[in-house]
Amino acid sequence: MKVSWREWLEVLITSIIKVSGYSAILFVLVIFLFLMIEGLPTLGEVSLENLFGRRWYPIEDYFGLLPLLGGSLLVTLGAILVAVPFGLGTAIYIAEVAPRWAREVLKPFVEIMAGVPSVVLGFIGILVFVPRLRVLLDLPTGLTGFTGALLLGFLSIPTIVSVAEDALDAVPRSYRDAALALGATQWQTIWRVTLPAARSGVITAVMLGLGRAIGETMAVMMVTGNAPVVPGSPLALFAPLRTMTATIAAEMGEVATGSTHYHVLFFVGIVLFLISLVVNITASAVVFRQRKRAERILS
Amino acid sequence: MRIPVFMVLVILLLLLTACAPQSAAGEELPSDIRTLENKGSDTMVNLALQWAEKYQSLNPGLRISVTGGGSGTGITALANGTVDIANASRSIKSEEIEAVAARGQEPVEFVAARDAIAIIVNPNNPVDRLTMQQISDIYSGEINNWLEVGGEDRPIVTLSRETNSGTHVYFLEEVLRLGEKDNKTLFSPDTLLLPSSEGITAEVRDNPNAIGYDGLGYVTHEVKVVAVAAAPGEPYYYPSIETVNNLTYPIARDLYMYTAGQPDELEQAYLDWIMSDEGQAIVKELGFVPILSP
Repeated sequence: MKVSWREWLEVLITSIIKVSGYSAILFVLVIFLFLMIEGLPTLGEVSLENLFGRRWYPIEDYFGLLPLLGGSLLVTLGAILVAVPFGLGTAIYIAEVAPRWAREVLKPFVEIMAGVPSVVLGFIGILVFVPRLRVLLDLPTGLTGFTGALLLGFLSIPTIVSVAEDALDAVPRSYRDAALALGATQWQTIWRVTLPAARSGVITAVMLGLGRAIGETMAVMMVTGNAPVVPGSPLALFAPLRTMTATIAAEMGEVATGSTHYHVLFFVGIVLFLISLVVNITASAVVFRQRKRAERILS
Repeated sequence: MRIPVFMVLVILLLLLTACAPQSAAGEELPSDIRTLENKGSDTMVNLALQWAEKYQSLNPGLRISVTGGGSGTGITALANGTVDIANASRSIKSEEIEAVAARGQEPVEFVAARDAIAIIVNPNNPVDRLTMQQISDIYSGEINNWLEVGGEDRPIVTLSRETNSGTHVYFLEEVLRLGEKDNKTLFSPDTLLLPSSEGITAEVRDNPNAIGYDGLGYVTHEVKVVAVAAAPGEPYYYPSIETVNNLTYPIARDLYMYTAGQPDELEQAYLDWIMSDEGQAIVKELGFVPILSP
């Protein structure tokens, strides 16, 4: 009796663990299905001409997605340009250069940085960055895509640092010893040996940082000015712009459930979802190809 | 095997959710503390909070919870049955009436206070008067340098509330389109849409290029209020309790509270109190314009 009870329990626990293991797939599918059900009616309600238009003003039925798409991509690109050099630099310093005590201080601080709520960062952005950037760069206003990119960069740095640092740390000690023994300087060892060896992890770090940046909402909404302008050139980064995430956040509270505007906001959600899907697939494809090449070399 | 287990969980969850409204809709709540949910217009949120605080101190058995979010948010919540009273800084739209009607109730409107929208610029900006037409042209992008309205040679940065703000819709209809029904003027796409009054105040305070608008109750001394004339040649007026009440200041509006269906005893008592001298004194304190002005 007792044994069979325990067996039962085991079967139960095993299946619970199994279900939670597969639940990630289930959640993604359910979320995707939900987005599709709420978002796809857009295609029947809004003409493609309107949807690819240059004006977003939903209370008058202008649903052009170009300004939002352009805004999101531009801010994310700017954020990556800020975060990648900074993040990789920090990761390399922590993993390769810093003495033990500095590493032990820096790592927790980077993790605390990851915990700073983005609203707080947005406040700092409004009070500190916005007025200074306007004067410094002589812009009409400091509420620009660039301000958002700086904050987003700051938000993605911890992600990039911790993933890249783990990847660099995982490179076997013998690689570095061999390089140094052959007379390479520390810089040459880092640049030519350690970093390439950790390449797949580093690319994952950048992609995760990218994902963090494109999905971020609050800080961006507070400092980019949210003007739905189609960016004409990369210089539009220094003008106000409006991202997809800020649009959803700012407008979702107001819409009547089931209205066209509501469906379009979900459609924007689908676009965001697809973008992050592409980013993730690209990242894993790169990692996969790298691994295959590494296996080929080793065999 | 896996799917049936999941299905059972889903069904259990559905059953659980079915319980919630039933217990909430029970005839008598176990405690004698009664509650009113009040939500909506961000313009009115401070006012509604003050009313609620004062009224609760007079009626210890009552709890009133006040949240903002925008006029549309409040009315949507009223239509969904999650609040008792919705605050709105614009009158209810026909599709919103339908949304409330879909639950078998008719929204009932109360004018609880009056408000004026102040046009604000940076204190260092020499411009101190504008006509409605000039403000409309500035926001639609026709005028984009302060030189054109008698100021310095600076670009104009226009600031607005987000489109879900009642103030935004009011400004679009009454200022940008000058109250003309068939006028289809839109905000220039360059207009910055800021999610809060504080955001607009902060940017106008710091940026000599900026122009913004905000409820009179939210104007601080850090920004400069501009006098407005209804048309060129007519006198310019600063917004104040007097100019709003004698209808000389052109950008003023009513602030509303809505209930779904005729208010019940509790709601009616609260609304009556708001209309009393005591309630309207709070309106005045916060820089809005009271209804029963002498």
